[in-house]
Amino acid sequence: MDFDPVLLARLQFAFTIIFHIIFPSFTIGLSAYIAILGAMWLRTGKDHYQLLMRFWTRIFAVSFAMGVVSGIVLSYQFGTNWSRFSVVVGNVIGPLIGYEVLAAFFLEATFLGVLLFGFNRVPPWLYVLSAAIVACGTAMSAFWILSANSWMQTPAGYEMRGGIAYPTDWIAVIFNPSFPYRFAHMLNAAYLTTAFVVLAVGARYLIAGKYVEEGRTMLRMAIGLTAVLAPLQLVIGDQHGLNTLQHQPIKIAAMEAHWDGSQPGDFEIFTWPDEKVETNRFAISIPHGSSIILTHQINGLFPGLKSVPPADRPPVTIVFFAFRAMLAIGFFMVVAALFGAFLWWSGTLFDTRWYLAIMSQCWWIGFIAVIAGWVVTETGRQPWIAYGILHTADANSPVPGATIAGTLALFVLAYGVVFWFGIYYVNRLIANGPQGSAIEGVGPFSASPIAAAQGARGEALRKS
Amino acid sequence: MEWYLPVIWAAVIGTAVAMYVVLDGFDLGIGILFPFARSESERDQMMRTIAPFWDGNETWLVFGGGGLFVAFPKAYAVVMPALYLPVIVMLLALVFRGVAFEFRTVSHSKTWWSVAFTAGSTLAAFAQGVILGGLIQGIPVQDGAYAGGSFHWATPFALLSGLALIAGYALLGATFLTMKTEGPVATRARAQAKGLLVVLLTFMAAVSVWTPLAEPRIAARWFSLPNFYFLWPVPVVTALVAFAAWRWLERGRDVAPFIATITLFLLGYLGLVISNFPYLVPPSLTVWETAAAPASQIFMLLGTLLLLPMILGYVVFIYWLFRGKVHEGESYH
Repeated sequence: MDFDPVLLARLQFAFTIIFHIIFPSFTIGLSAYIAILGAMWLRTGKDHYQLLMRFWTRIFAVSFAMGVVSGIVLSYQFGTNWSRFSVVVGNVIGPLIGYEVLAAFFLEATFLGVLLFGFNRVPPWLYVLSAAIVACGTAMSAFWILSANSWMQTPAGYEMRGGIAYPTDWIAVIFNPSFPYRFAHMLNAAYLTTAFVVLAVGARYLIAGKYVEEGRTMLRMAIGLTAVLAPLQLVIGDQHGLNTLQHQPIKIAAMEAHWDGSQPGDFEIFTWPDEKVETNRFAISIPHGSSIILTHQINGLFPGLKSVPPADRPPVTIVFFAFRAMLAIGFFMVVAALFGAFLWWSGTLFDTRWYLAIMSQCWWIGFIAVIAGWVVTETGRQPWIAYGILHTADANSPVPGATIAGTLALFVLAYGVVFWFGIYYVNRLIANGPQGSAIEGVGPFSASPIAAAQGARGEALRKS
Repeated sequence: MEWYLPVIWAAVIGTAVAMYVVLDGFDLGIGILFPFARSESERDQMMRTIAPFWDGNETWLVFGGGGLFVAFPKAYAVVMPALYLPVIVMLLALVFRGVAFEFRTVSHSKTWWSVAFTAGSTLAAFAQGVILGGLIQGIPVQDGAYAGGSFHWATPFALLSGLALIAGYALLGATFLTMKTEGPVATRARAQAKGLLVVLLTFMAAVSVWTPLAEPRIAARWFSLPNFYFLWPVPVVTALVAFAAWRWLERGRDVAPFIATITLFLLGYLGLVISNFPYLVPPSLTVWETAAAPASQIFMLLGTLLLLPMILGYVVFIYWLFRGKVHEGESYH
């Protein structure tokens, strides 16, 4: 049997990175939420916040573990799957990833130990500070890895000598043209994703009539946050799109399924882009919609797919539909968040059961939007692995296709097992609720060692 | 600048790998020793000794691999494809043992995640030994790229290295438990440590005989003059440390056997460095041939000089915070 090593290397990498991104999307936001709960606990001294903080920390622990182990895989796959990529751009990309490890990974991993196991060993302020450090660590990690990824999309601050990229200006490398937009877009996406999970869990508790007080707090905090961040995400996304039009116009053309650059672009609500005939089938579209969005003029022109030969175009269908999925979820989030804010304002948020019922089922939407967004930007970069520098087809390792196929099967199997157990356990933690684990007598103002020890013993008894 | 930057970077990555081997070594070792515990409650106690540390310990592996990518991209690009299968197996094994920490506490039945923890830890240790052996025995390179098949690493020597590292990590784990626990777990760990010490020394002796016989360059490194005058203390000190470790285990010391085991590991590591320097990919690519651009090495070195002391600071802090013995029946979180 004949295997295409490049295709398999891409499939394997796509699989492992899509699996991985699920967890950071959640833990970046969740760590910030936990730190905020901790700060509110310190400020108000209410046990209620401590309870919530420790409840979400247990869920965080399970998710973070999955994120860590799937992330280690990626740091080695640059070499196992993309060794020629590593040689050609290693001088530039390498340090960005190195800074991620040194500035973020050690910080997160170490203070996570305090957050998970240190409740009885450190004063409350240090416990909450550890939560805040973990949250900063996850955001810093996002900073560096998105800088590296953005450089692959919009390389800057380098020169090519003998087919190898050499850095000339580190500031230009780190803050390459698409980085600020991608960083803002992804960080906001992570916070939104988490907020919708918190919203869903709160709604679930209110519907069930359990943990009502905690459920209301979750709902209020989540709706307050999403009502700001969801509309903000539309603005950031729009700006990101304009930046992409400037630097990667063909990606935009694929996102909009825009073939002919001499005509204004319609916004396709639905269509089937036919890559052979270079046209759209079954189109339902808003005339001139894309031109208005991208050029802010009714007859504005932007490059079409036909302006480059087919070999230089990304796979249009994937990019087009992934972009539609992300947009649909983005708009749904705005509507859901603003409507929730309206219900809150009118004082009926906790009693509008149909709204709670819908929101309790929507915990997954942020994850799908994040994955879809990454599919758009990574697939849209093709056929380049580093835009304008190196083709994906020239970047793979000298490893036979059969070997990659075999390990791909192993990854699917192993990640499948870990993923479903992970979901199952997180769901069980949520079902068990934020009860029975508050350590009594350990408020921020009464942290005596004896009380702490008693609390720990009480907890141990309850657990066994 | 051009000459010594790669040497500095080799030292930095060498340190990261040594940190990884020692730190993750003991927590992988505890996974290897898991099946010998009498009950899940004893296993809880064993896991509790490493729970706050394992994530940080494993980060040194990312720094080692990531550091190789940063400072020696051409070596990274040869080694990873050459050792593709053992690397992927190691990563998958680490996935299972990593999630086992949390999954095991949430799960109704701990048994299966205990099995996953043991299997993952043992397989990861074996794969790391194979990677080490595969590197030492040499990797064929042509035009700067790997020029062998998917199973080139699979030799008796590499498999022997895999077994040796399982024994070594188990010894680190056993002496760590001797230090960090009390009661039946500590007593058993002490007994296991003695047996494992003998096994590890046998493996170290085997590697010390095998590598000079198989690789003339290694024989020349050790046994040519004047090198021999400087190098003879290495095996002698190793033997003395091994003897001391044995005596301390006999006398029931808590901390000293762990320190002695770490020293044994570092001496073995030093031996491998002496055998192979300046080759990063024996027998053809040196640290200078595979180095990243000086601008990249300098940029990253500045960050390392700033951040590494901070990292070491909070690593020391967390080991200090969770100091003392872990007792049976203590809660997990």
